[in-house]
Amino acid sequence: MKTNGYLLIAVMLLAAGAAPALGESLAFKAQLYDVGPLKSTDSVLKVAEGEMAPDFTLPSVGGEKITLSQFRGNKHVMLSFVPAAWTPVCSDQWPGYTIARSLFDQYDAVILGITVDNLPTLFAWTRQMGDIWFPVLSDFWPHGKVAERYGVLRGDGTAERALIFIDKNGRIRKTHVGDINERPKLDLIVAALKEMNAAP
Amino acid sequence: MRSCLVVLMVVAVCLVSPAVGAEPVGVGAAWPAISLRGPEIESQRSYLGLEADGPFVLTDVSADIVIVEIFSMYCPHCQREAPKVNQLYQLLLDTPQWRERIKLIGIGVGNSPMEVDFFKDTYGVPFPLFPDGDFAIHKALGEPRTPYFMGIRLGPGGEPRIVYAKLGEFEDPARFVEEIMAMAELK
Repeated sequence: MKTNGYLLIAVMLLAAGAAPALGESLAFKAQLYDVGPLKSTDSVLKVAEGEMAPDFTLPSVGGEKITLSQFRGNKHVMLSFVPAAWTPVCSDQWPGYTIARSLFDQYDAVILGITVDNLPTLFAWTRQMGDIWFPVLSDFWPHGKVAERYGVLRGDGTAERALIFIDKNGRIRKTHVGDINERPKLDLIVAALKEMNAAP
Repeated sequence: MRSCLVVLMVVAVCLVSPAVGAEPVGVGAAWPAISLRGPEIESQRSYLGLEADGPFVLTDVSADIVIVEIFSMYCPHCQREAPKVNQLYQLLLDTPQWRERIKLIGIGVGNSPMEVDFFKDTYGVPFPLFPDGDFAIHKALGEPRTPYFMGIRLGPGGEPRIVYAKLGEFEDPARFVEEIMAMAELK
């Protein structure tokens, strides 16, 4: 009887803790690897608001190399680190930014999307997303070097789901390392862009 | 007696939780008792036949059938499909025998009110869209992928029942409506 009770409680916990599908798009059909619920965050941020953003150069899916400082004096930058290609939440994050280009234009900002996957993987993955208008960068080798420098590399070698807002002077204005299991709301992004663009 | 209570608790938790491998609600299932916040736009309240501006349930809508699109601002297929769904809405308005009997709404799963508004503004969506920021509705519907279309029969007298369900895009809006009407056994 006691054993049955424990069994029933275990079933209840399993049912309550199962991972939600998070509105997964049909665009990826059954191609995504379901990682299940993960530890919310698993790193310690190494940059802070007010500091100069560490510069880096990474290869992009488009073929060219992108350097953060090339935007200095010209555009605000939102670094969008996502954990891994072909996983549920990440795969529905950037397609939303695709239709939000006007918002980024409005606030004179660009996005740099970054994962620790290699370029062929990123190429195949982003082709499922429609027309991604912003550069998608590979932080694959040395593995996660940029993510590590910013303090968003997790213990398993993936990146956090993090947003780093960098103004035209190259200074970090806002950081957001969210729960890896949840997509950051557009509300947060718009507020940060607005504030960054309004600042002197 | 205690065992029965525990079993009941398990069943209850399983019913409301996003169980692994959960199936979206489909044809024949009852539409869950979901409360939606009332549209802020008067013309949309009028379109749905709502008398008050507060939260409402589907049975408050003045129609025989409500077509519900489960979408997300973040879903590429929903983005691509948006103009055609707008055409569907216009077709319903322009067809006298459908105008009062079939209403169309969308529910943005995992989308905040701002995200739903952004989708609405980007694609000029004229029909009512509702946010489901915490995925509560999505879970109650068995977590369908997006876009997911359902036709819900509202009457007469009985509980709202799903008579049509389709995952993914539809081809022709008129044929799509005719399929729903046929499944609902309405002319």
